[in-house]
Amino acid sequence: MKSAVIVFPGSNCDRDMAVALEKITGTKPLMVWHQEYDFDTVDFIALPGGFSYGDYLRCGAMSARSHIMKEIVKRANAGVPTFGVCNGFQILTETGVLPGALMRNAGLHFVCKDVEMTVENTGTMFTSGYKAGETITIPVAHHDGNYFADDETLDRLEGEGHVAFKYTSDINGAQRRIAGVVNAKGNVLGMMPHPERMIEPALGGSDGRVLFESVMNRLG
Amino acid sequence: MKARIHVTLKNGVLDPQGKAIEHALSNMGFGGVDEARQGKYIELDLAETDRTKAEASVDEMCRKLIANTVIENYSIELE
Repeated sequence: MKSAVIVFPGSNCDRDMAVALEKITGTKPLMVWHQEYDFDTVDFIALPGGFSYGDYLRCGAMSARSHIMKEIVKRANAGVPTFGVCNGFQILTETGVLPGALMRNAGLHFVCKDVEMTVENTGTMFTSGYKAGETITIPVAHHDGNYFADDETLDRLEGEGHVAFKYTSDINGAQRRIAGVVNAKGNVLGMMPHPERMIEPALGGSDGRVLFESVMNRLG
Repeated sequence: MKARIHVTLKNGVLDPQGKAIEHALSNMGFGGVDEARQGKYIELDLAETDRTKAEASVDEMCRKLIANTVIENYSIELE
């Protein structure tokens, strides 16, 4: 499986993502700088966590308008598996590829800890390796992870199985405790928790590894 | 021409920073503040001299970058 990690000024989980992808897929990912217009065809695109552009204006707002994102939106809409973690999730909502927005945590504090979440839909290419309703533990580290969408959108997301993960308790004020959502086609996942930081026992657990393996199994 | 843009959170969108301001004011002894909402103020210096064109162009800037219309409203004043 050939993958790419997109790097913005201020990304700081790009190397974590690259290490996880290399360990799990056996292939070093392509690191793509945000000023590129194009890059090699890959099977999987990862938008890493961090504080791209210093979170200026809104988290992910500047990156969402960068050169490379035009290409990524095009590929994501064409069906290429695309995965945004934390700041990557914020960027995907800012481009409109995923619905909703990530706002300042309701408690105003930066939240950095391992959290439990339930797998809400095991029918996606990112979650097929989990058991339905399974509770997994993945770390979060964010200041703006408070997922917001209007009630109509939230009802639709839940009704159509587009909510991938929910926190088991309220950690940041997110509507309906939503931690991650997929697009209608099911090839784009955005989530606040960091599965790339939970891929082997040395890191505290392997619950995140299953997500990458699910994608690998789907792509064959 | 100058454009003055106010970006505010939509009604019904929780504003934790506004809430913190409200609580701080109350703790400082300022009574009678029922609610505080925090927003953004952005000024643009425009080369455009035609008011209608400037308005259309700034409106597009707001929709495409300056505001996130999922959660925010914006208003534009030209001068």
